[in-house]
Amino acid sequence: MSLIDSVSLPRSFRLPRVDGLIQWIVPLAIIAIWQVASVTGFVPVRVLPAPSDVVLAGWKLLLSGELVRNIWVSFWRASIGFLIGGGIGFAFGLANGLSQLSAKLTDTTLQMVRNVPHLALIPLVILWFGIDESAKLFLVALGVFFPIYLNTLHGIRTVDPQLIEMGRIYGMTDSELFRRVIFPGALPSIFVGIRFALGIMWLTLIVAETIAASSGLGYMAMQAREFMLIDVVVLSILIYALLGKLADSASRVLERATLSWHPAFQKR
Amino acid sequence: MQTVLRTSLSESELASRTSFAPAARVVREERQERQVQTSGLPLSVRGLRKSFGDNEVLRGIDLHIPAGQFVAIVGRSGCGKSTLLRLIAGLEKIDAGSISFGDAKVQPEDVRVMFQEPRLLPWARVLANVEVGLGRDRSSGDAHARAEKALAEVGLTDKRDQWPSVLSGGQKQRVALARALVSRPRVLAFDEPLGALDALTRISMQRLLQRVWRDQGFTAILVTHDVAEAVALADRVLVIDEGRIAHDVTVNLARPRERGSAELAGLEGSILSHLLSADDRT
Repeated sequence: MSLIDSVSLPRSFRLPRVDGLIQWIVPLAIIAIWQVASVTGFVPVRVLPAPSDVVLAGWKLLLSGELVRNIWVSFWRASIGFLIGGGIGFAFGLANGLSQLSAKLTDTTLQMVRNVPHLALIPLVILWFGIDESAKLFLVALGVFFPIYLNTLHGIRTVDPQLIEMGRIYGMTDSELFRRVIFPGALPSIFVGIRFALGIMWLTLIVAETIAASSGLGYMAMQAREFMLIDVVVLSILIYALLGKLADSASRVLERATLSWHPAFQKR
Repeated sequence: MQTVLRTSLSESELASRTSFAPAARVVREERQERQVQTSGLPLSVRGLRKSFGDNEVLRGIDLHIPAGQFVAIVGRSGCGKSTLLRLIAGLEKIDAGSISFGDAKVQPEDVRVMFQEPRLLPWARVLANVEVGLGRDRSSGDAHARAEKALAEVGLTDKRDQWPSVLSGGQKQRVALARALVSRPRVLAFDEPLGALDALTRISMQRLLQRVWRDQGFTAILVTHDVAEAVALADRVLVIDEGRIAHDVTVNLARPRERGSAELAGLEGSILSHLLSADDRT
């Protein structure tokens, strides 16, 4: 922003509509340079296909219905795994944040499990579940669990104790205190957990689908590698990038809608 | 008659006002009249003790506050004045002794506290924050109307739909006052409510406190470290030292009291010397 302000652009260039497009200048420029480099033969097609070839490959897969099916399968795995792992993480975060007994009982165990990289469990998971859906769901759920658990717990523990005392003085019941004071107070931290978890969700899914799957975007990429279809490989990677961006944007919209009271979300 | 006397005084001659006995007498009579129809509760404290670990903070407090009185409690930091207030408000458990509010049956809504920090919910609009003060009546049909009325009393009607984060420190404290007032409390305890405000905001808040106290007639207990504030607002100033009431000073001055008048300054001086003499002993 400050850079743009310091360059004396004509007034019409500072319209908000144009401001929203600025973030796309760099990605578009990269694609343009890439296209030129491929067409001129500077980058061999076997290393990196031209963007136009990637789009073409995408179009073909779209027509055959394969693309939509694979995206849908991956999206379904990601969301279900996220809901299961996030839901359990949120529940444990609430329980351990609100109850000392529950925290004493489970927190140490959870902290120990947290230190095992969940992707290291892939061999074990394949032995347990084979390569069907439950293996992927298990891995995604496990990966998503910890950021949500930790941030929910942290959010609840750091709610201003003065506000809680205020709530009690004004006769709030436990459920009212939770609804009006503790949960809204923990929400900013919970959102941090959700954004972390979304990143881990895609990462886990890509790895799981590349190693052991018979459908999904990762599987599509691995199949394409076997047949040397490098344009499809690049396409899969780009779609992952796009889906990741989409998930992040969705969480931002949600954040802005629920945290409009927060000073950080007011002057936009 | 009172208004005639007041307007007859020249504003530039503030010093002469304090020696203007008839005006003072008239205002005082009016106040006594008001006390007869007070909604406040009397407060009796008997042999009150409280300790935290080995530290005995209150060592036997005996105190009677008549209904509708405005009492200020002053003392050095750590003397136990805030603890006394928290015990009266029911925020701490009593070790020994008793606190009673006359013969009336006390509802939770009858006793309210206002703290140094506004303690507003940042995620609730101003009006919703005031509604919190209604206690069990929060979900009743007239909650909005009552909250709006309380907000009008502190002069913040136009801020009803704002987030607390955009308000100034003084405005936040006024919202907190509206929240404390909305349930029409009969005892209102203030724990240094103006401590964090700048000098000018403080003075206008003091006027506001005095006005709502006169309008609503609750029993007011103000803990403050500012002796000038105590003598300007209260009927009676209690000096607490080492967990006991060391002095009980009645402030028999007419309201509204003029800041900087000779009588207030004299009272302030004598209370301060009590506090400082206690300081010299240690």
